[in-house]
Amino acid sequence: MTAASFLPGRRSARESQGVSFYGASWLDTLAAWTLALLWLLPLAYAVWTAFHPSDASTRLDLSAPWTLQNFRHAWEAAPFARYFLNTILLVAMILAVQLLLSTLAAFAFARLRFRGSNVAFALVLIQLMIMPDILLVANYQTMSGLGAVDTLAGIGLPYFASAFAIFLLRQTFMGIPRELDEAARVEGASTLQILWRVYVPLARPVYTAFALVSVSFHWNNFLWPLIITNSVQSRPLTVGLQVFSSVESGVEWSTICAATLMTSGPLLIAFLLFQRQFVQSFMRAGIK
Amino acid sequence: MSSPALETDKGVMSAPLPSRTARRLAQAAARKQAVHAWLLLMPALVLLLGFTHWPALSTLIDSLHATGRGGQSGEWVGLENYALMVDDPVFWQAVRNNLWFAAATIPLSMGLALLMALWVNEKLAGRALLRMAYFTPTVLPMIAVANIWLFFYTPQYGLLEQLRGALGLDAHNWLGDPSTALACITLVAVWKEAGFFMIFYLAALQTLNPSLKEAAVIEGASRWYFLRRVQWPLLMPTTLFILVNAVINAFRLVDYVFILTRGGPDNASTLLLYHLYEVGFKFWDTGYAAAITVVLVVVLAAVALFQFFVLDKKVHYQ
Repeated sequence: MTAASFLPGRRSARESQGVSFYGASWLDTLAAWTLALLWLLPLAYAVWTAFHPSDASTRLDLSAPWTLQNFRHAWEAAPFARYFLNTILLVAMILAVQLLLSTLAAFAFARLRFRGSNVAFALVLIQLMIMPDILLVANYQTMSGLGAVDTLAGIGLPYFASAFAIFLLRQTFMGIPRELDEAARVEGASTLQILWRVYVPLARPVYTAFALVSVSFHWNNFLWPLIITNSVQSRPLTVGLQVFSSVESGVEWSTICAATLMTSGPLLIAFLLFQRQFVQSFMRAGIK
Repeated sequence: MSSPALETDKGVMSAPLPSRTARRLAQAAARKQAVHAWLLLMPALVLLLGFTHWPALSTLIDSLHATGRGGQSGEWVGLENYALMVDDPVFWQAVRNNLWFAAATIPLSMGLALLMALWVNEKLAGRALLRMAYFTPTVLPMIAVANIWLFFYTPQYGLLEQLRGALGLDAHNWLGDPSTALACITLVAVWKEAGFFMIFYLAALQTLNPSLKEAAVIEGASRWYFLRRVQWPLLMPTTLFILVNAVINAFRLVDYVFILTRGGPDNASTLLLYHLYEVGFKFWDTGYAAAITVVLVVVLAAVALFQFFVLDKKVHYQ
């Protein structure tokens, strides 16, 4: 029973014994499953199309043979290997810098006393309100000033300092008992050593949650990368997919479907394997 | 590496100490702590200043200047860009579309999210599979989602058209018709977001005290009455929280437009951020684009401030 509950929460003993008030009727079950099938239909259709010859999908020929040909076509028709590499490098770079910078900043806010800390924290929180996604024009100008247009660093720079990560880690660090770091200090540990040996290990679940959210956000991010990149050398998967599937290119539907599944595949598989962690991380990210 | 907090130690509280030496030592320690703090903050703050605060400010300044050449801002024009905006029919179309889009997406996705959460919270057969089915669209990139749906809507070959053909109905170009293009995008957005909002409702439902339900059953309340009078009021903080997020998303998430319609036909499906993209990066009219950005920032900041000052004062999450 508990294995099936995928969110943290109390369940009454009565409920787990199988007695349930307002128990779901067969009508509920039917409606819930109808909605679920409707919900999966577009995705199932895309999967079916991607694995069948192109002429089968346009006729909806259910007896058509299964094939991997579309994936091969897609892979050969556009530099998807390069796009994959770009996206993986981009996501890893952003995550690493975000974790490092926000750990340092969050520790300062949570544990050190200094003049101006409130003002500095307010400055950080402004980013939760004015997201980098909106400031496209000004950030583009900055990037061209820095010569960072069409580079991976250019895509990542506006996201390196994450107010959300700083906020999340600050809350977590504040919940760690001070006795622990006093004990470490008595042992002669420096501030950075305490941060690294005491705080970071204790905040590991929060790091995991943030990492999942950050990776899925930047894997899926589109508008800013579209604007700031203009060559295969720096384009991430989402932009590559958009270029590949734009109407003018005249690529067949089944190939586009294959490319679409290919680009979302890693995340989708990760989600199916680690559903619980994904859902909990997304929830934590929402409830700041 | 100097820091603004170096020269001062006034704000630091310390217990009254007997000797001057001890006080001096305490002051030195406080000063050291302040230096450490600013050093730790420095990298994050510099990046935030460079890529959030400065661009926000420079956008405001740019919006008061004409578009210059080569990335430089032109001469001061005062509110001319804003006057241009007021006279721009496409801008108003985008505003209307965005409001329509928000007004349709938000209640639909939130209503479905609540329904999904209520179902998944019950002990239905295959509950884990249901949850997965509802949540899966959340994980997909918006561009991929748009691609999948594009095929769905396509004239002649699309699944929708094949179904209509099978039923003997006339063909319809869903994305090519100004009266249905935006509705198509709305549907995609609802599909993508309902499962995401579901998890917040689900989490809230699971924290409700089960004895409430028992009491309602003993009192003979109907299930609908229980939902309306007990669950719904208790879920109010969650509803408001999701509402704020949904409003922000309605103005921020426009990736679908790039794939499905490109704002067309005839600007029938242009949203504000997409219009900003066109003005800024297709027509390269930086001054005007800055003015549109200011409008968007004001809208999003207003929503965030509403959440911060009104909602957070009234409700406590968890």
